Amino acid sequence: MTGQAQDHWSDVVVRVLKRNDVDLVTYVPDNVLRPLIEAVHADPHFTVVAPAREEEAVAIVGGAYMGGRKGIALMQTSGFATIPNVLASFACPFQLPVVIIVSERGVLGEFQQGQAMVCRTMRPVLQSLGIEHFVVQDRSQVEFVVEAMVQQAFKTQSPAVIILSPLLTRRPH
Amino acid sequence: MNAPSGRSQATIMNRSDLTRRLVARLKDGEAVVGGIGHTNFDLWASGQRPENFYMLGSMGLASSIALGVSLAQPERFVFALDGDGSILMQLGALGTVASVAPRKFCIIIWDNGLYHITGGQETLTASVVDLVAVARGMGIARADWALDEAHFDDLVGAALEGNGPSLIAARIDDAKPAGTTEREPVKLKLGFMRGIGG
Repeated sequence: MTGQAQDHWSDVVVRVLKRNDVDLVTYVPDNVLRPLIEAVHADPHFTVVAPAREEEAVAIVGGAYMGGRKGIALMQTSGFATIPNVLASFACPFQLPVVIIVSERGVLGEFQQGQAMVCRTMRPVLQSLGIEHFVVQDRSQVEFVVEAMVQQAFKTQSPAVIILSPLLTRRPH
Repeated sequence: MNAPSGRSQATIMNRSDLTRRLVARLKDGEAVVGGIGHTNFDLWASGQRPENFYMLGSMGLASSIALGVSLAQPERFVFALDGDGSILMQLGALGTVASVAPRKFCIIIWDNGLYHITGGQETLTASVVDLVAVARGMGIARADWALDEAHFDDLVGAALEGNGPSLIAARIDDAKPAGTTEREPVKLKLGFMRGIGG
């Protein structure tokens, strides 16, 4: 098969980031995000920083934006649960286009109660802070959603969160 | 015990004075990220350089924001100023800075052993924690206590040579800051971005 819809989601994300001049990636590791993490490490287009905590990942991307560089932060749902403070006191009030990709864990077959409960905190936080967010569920949606979210974030000077559902990352395609 | 860091030899200095000493050395558009609280207020009071950024929250993340600025503009020297209570919340950030290893980068820690703005409760540095030893352990080899004002000036001068990252810690008193930062985030952001051409 050929055609962009058949590419692995991580390849599509890399293509969209490059096309939109996003060349700084910060992340805290996650197994689901591993293909994307390995792809950006392998591609000299990207500067990749792996800080100790997700708050740092957000702060680094926000600081880089003020310096004129576009970045993105990658994390899991449990990591997202640690960043409401930096979102509410840095990214939101300073109107910084911090784009975050969150791999959604805690739903659709989760086996660990802690993960299932942490996941439930994500959408209320996003809604209460008024942060634009969208869930990608299918490989055919990746290109459009990621590109649209990245471009809207930078054009509207706002943080944005792209949630990768297990429907995208775990379901056989 | 760890190798001596020099903390016990460091004299107690004044944050407003040291902030002005630092700013007086900045002649080349150096960016300065001011952590929250009195660190920030004294940076503001030292003269509102357009290359200064003033945090309004996100306690502990001055070094991380500064690291982002440095990743965007590696040729511009970037300082992060933070208090002991702040950096204690985000010690991993020191390791991140060390791993990225920006050469034109310096973290300055004002250590009075107090959460001053909340009523003077003691931080961990008032009893057992030595932040220079922590920084060295985190991989910032060029981490030093400023023993007095002249030594602080020397350490700033050495940092500006650009062989960092480095960290300068100064023990300070509990004097009030010399001013109060205006709190308009978008104005602060745009002012900083214009100041550094971001």
